[in-house]
Amino acid sequence: MSRVYVAGVGLTKVDEHWKTSLEQLVTEASLKALDDAGLESVDAIYVGSMLSEILQEQGHLGAVLAEELGLSGIPAMSVEAATASGAASIYVGAREIESGRAKAVLVAGVDKMSDGMAEEVTSALMVGEKQEYTGFIGATFYSLNALIYSLYMKRYDVSQEKIALFPVLCHEHSVGVEHAQYPFKIKLETVMNSPYIAEPLRRFETTAIADGAAALILVGEEFASKLKSPKTELVIEAATDYVTPFQREDPLWFPALQLATTKALERAKISRNEVGIIEIFDATSIMAVISLESSGFASRGEAWRLLENGELSLSGSLPCNTFGGLKARGHPAGATGVYQVAELHLQLTNRAKKNQVDRAITGMAQTLGGLASTAFVTILKKVM
Amino acid sequence: MFRIKVPRFWRYREFRYRLSAWKCIHCGEIHFFKPLVCRRCRYREFSEVTLPYTGKLLAYTIVRSPPAGFEEYAPYIIGLIELEDGTRIVSQLADVDPEELKIGMKMEATFKRIREDGVDKIIAYGYKFRPAIQ
Repeated sequence: MSRVYVAGVGLTKVDEHWKTSLEQLVTEASLKALDDAGLESVDAIYVGSMLSEILQEQGHLGAVLAEELGLSGIPAMSVEAATASGAASIYVGAREIESGRAKAVLVAGVDKMSDGMAEEVTSALMVGEKQEYTGFIGATFYSLNALIYSLYMKRYDVSQEKIALFPVLCHEHSVGVEHAQYPFKIKLETVMNSPYIAEPLRRFETTAIADGAAALILVGEEFASKLKSPKTELVIEAATDYVTPFQREDPLWFPALQLATTKALERAKISRNEVGIIEIFDATSIMAVISLESSGFASRGEAWRLLENGELSLSGSLPCNTFGGLKARGHPAGATGVYQVAELHLQLTNRAKKNQVDRAITGMAQTLGGLASTAFVTILKKVM
Repeated sequence: MFRIKVPRFWRYREFRYRLSAWKCIHCGEIHFFKPLVCRRCRYREFSEVTLPYTGKLLAYTIVRSPPAGFEEYAPYIIGLIELEDGTRIVSQLADVDPEELKIGMKMEATFKRIREDGVDKIIAYGYKFRPAIQ
């Protein structure tokens, strides 16, 4: 089985790109990734998108992107796993490299939410839940998060102020980040005074309308030694769970994330304490907290301590969401998983500019579909 | 947007109108819609059961940012109820103001209009829970 290397990354700024189309965004990110790797072409293309078929009514993104890149002729297709669609494209691309069938693959993630009205985007984001059950009664993604949030605070006797520190941390890290949607600091009071979106969940504990695309070039061992671009080694694992969290034994636990984390650590042959940087899936503050616990980086009900002790800061023992995470870099749904891995790659190849974390040789990205019904865990290692 | 088309709506009516569900004969797992295979133990036989119409409130929230098709009903309350048999169900809450809700309070199922949709103005009905009337 061939090892998999990231040999190039491309990002667009996460923003509301009124003048730019979905196709242009994903093409821009893909061209940047090809240029970064110093490649003209690849053997296959995989595109992750959650919302394009709903908001742009544009499917068939594989052929669309291949044409935009002037690469029609090569195999290309889209991969979908709700908000984890970008990570799903990495998974499929990495497996193709491992199998030896491809030497170089382009994987991309894209979504453009500003093409929808607020209600349309809220609806579109519900496709990752069970439509005939929670969708039918108008239970939004955020309302399900809010129920979990209430249960969490009650069971562990933790106040909202402790959990709402997560968005504050993300904004601290996004300051000066060129590709971040919201590159500025916010205070805890700002989060706590922001309006409820579904109580107790507040606006600033969630993400906003975002457009963006990110791309990676994955290569096998043969190409890795030929290309001059900086490289990292990639391992990716995945797992699934029941779609509605309240059907699970414990709605305050993400077993799929636990499983994918264990599998990824095993295959990368590292232990948790060797993970030097972590990218968490903070679609909401409460998901970030439960993720840290389910993946074994904090004890049950105690993730807030990592925040309070500063361990998740850039200078802490486990720098977390080093470019602002979903909250502050932005969360363009299907693109997010690719942003997370691209950011780890920038860190481990010493190209993170002012956000550079010292000494890290290994990073982990966790990407979730829905309320952790799908979990992808990617581990990147510095190539010495 | 959740489109209400007659066949799509009609095929799920037993659960939505009467809380009729499917219990795995082997492990007891409750499925709201008839499955072919039990998601927990992979057994393939089920008995039709009616879920209890009462339970206690575990958590609730208010939807202030509604999806398309629900604009005119917002804000509305979404609750998580644990039925007498232990089954957890997500439901809209009706006939109550949020200030009157208390975690742990007894709730009962009621049959309500969920919403109207489409050019044909199809009206969707289903369960909602409300504080139990003593």
